[in-house]
Amino acid sequence: MPVRIGVVVFPGSNCDRDTLRALANAGAEPVALWHEQASLDGVAAVVLPGGFAYGDYLRAGVIARFSPVMRAVAAFAAAGGLVLGICNGFQVLAEAGLVPGALLRNRRVRFLGRDVLVAAQRLDTPFTHALAAAGRPLRMPIAHGEGCYFADDATLDDLERDDRVLFRYVDAEGEQAADEDREANPNGSLRAIAGVVAPGGNVAGLMPHPERAAESILGSEDGAGIIRSLVDSAASAASRGSVAVGAASR
Amino acid sequence: MSTHRFAVNVTPKPGILDPQGRAVEGSLGHLGIDGVSAVRVGRRVELSVDAADAEVARAVVERLSSELLANPLIEAYAIEPIAGASSTVSEAR
Repeated sequence: MPVRIGVVVFPGSNCDRDTLRALANAGAEPVALWHEQASLDGVAAVVLPGGFAYGDYLRAGVIARFSPVMRAVAAFAAAGGLVLGICNGFQVLAEAGLVPGALLRNRRVRFLGRDVLVAAQRLDTPFTHALAAAGRPLRMPIAHGEGCYFADDATLDDLERDDRVLFRYVDAEGEQAADEDREANPNGSLRAIAGVVAPGGNVAGLMPHPERAAESILGSEDGAGIIRSLVDSAASAASRGSVAVGAASR
Repeated sequence: MSTHRFAVNVTPKPGILDPQGRAVEGSLGHLGIDGVSAVRVGRRVELSVDAADAEVARAVVERLSSELLANPLIEAYAIEPIAGASSTVSEAR
């Protein structure tokens, strides 16, 4: 039986359908979760998709953080449930304090919609284990106005020491983008961080869109490995019954 | 019960990169203005609170400022009481 994975739909989400489709293509049974529902319907993992939840008013992701479904997501995450935030979903997770740091306005202020190259820094996480081991950079699109990853130096040092930087922006050679390299690191993220994983290892966020690079017709399939990783990890979690999804979602 | 009106000024914390401030600063040359520096762009939120007294009202604003209006990682806030046209405010609702 395919594993059930929830995709939260906030008013203003606009990548929810792409994400539902990518999950289905990867063998999951995707389930849309409306922002007003207080239960996660027993899913084995949750994706917070891209978009502009609640119009991104005030700060990107902050209003969404207070929605009923996010209380359920926070409880699910605390119980060890797998949660992946993509773009706006990453911003929501950061505002909710479920991953460290904040996403600031892009350094050059402009909204950015283009492809970037990122490299997974770890291949042993629930979100990356199905990626090819060879360190070829992954090409995926970004589409955001607030994607400049920020955390204070102590937090950045902790992230690096504990190996919790999940993705970095890289140049064509696969080397970490230099601080001032706005071609490779267009939003100006500190230490070229494009994605992080929370201390528990079960909650992660990234700015690029794997679901928009998950089929050859989309121009890149590099994101498919991330989606596949999540689906496989959720399937193992569900078969182990390791997450009390029913209890955690109420 | 009385109505109390406040303004909350939210600004990027010192040291936090503020590309909006930098963009504003960068445009000043086009206006023929120089000698202006350290531009920081934030936001100001004005609101009215119905509460037993000013102290209780301020506590409410304190809470919503720290939990919602400002992200303490990157922003600072300052609360100031402002003159309130409370009747106008109730009509506006």
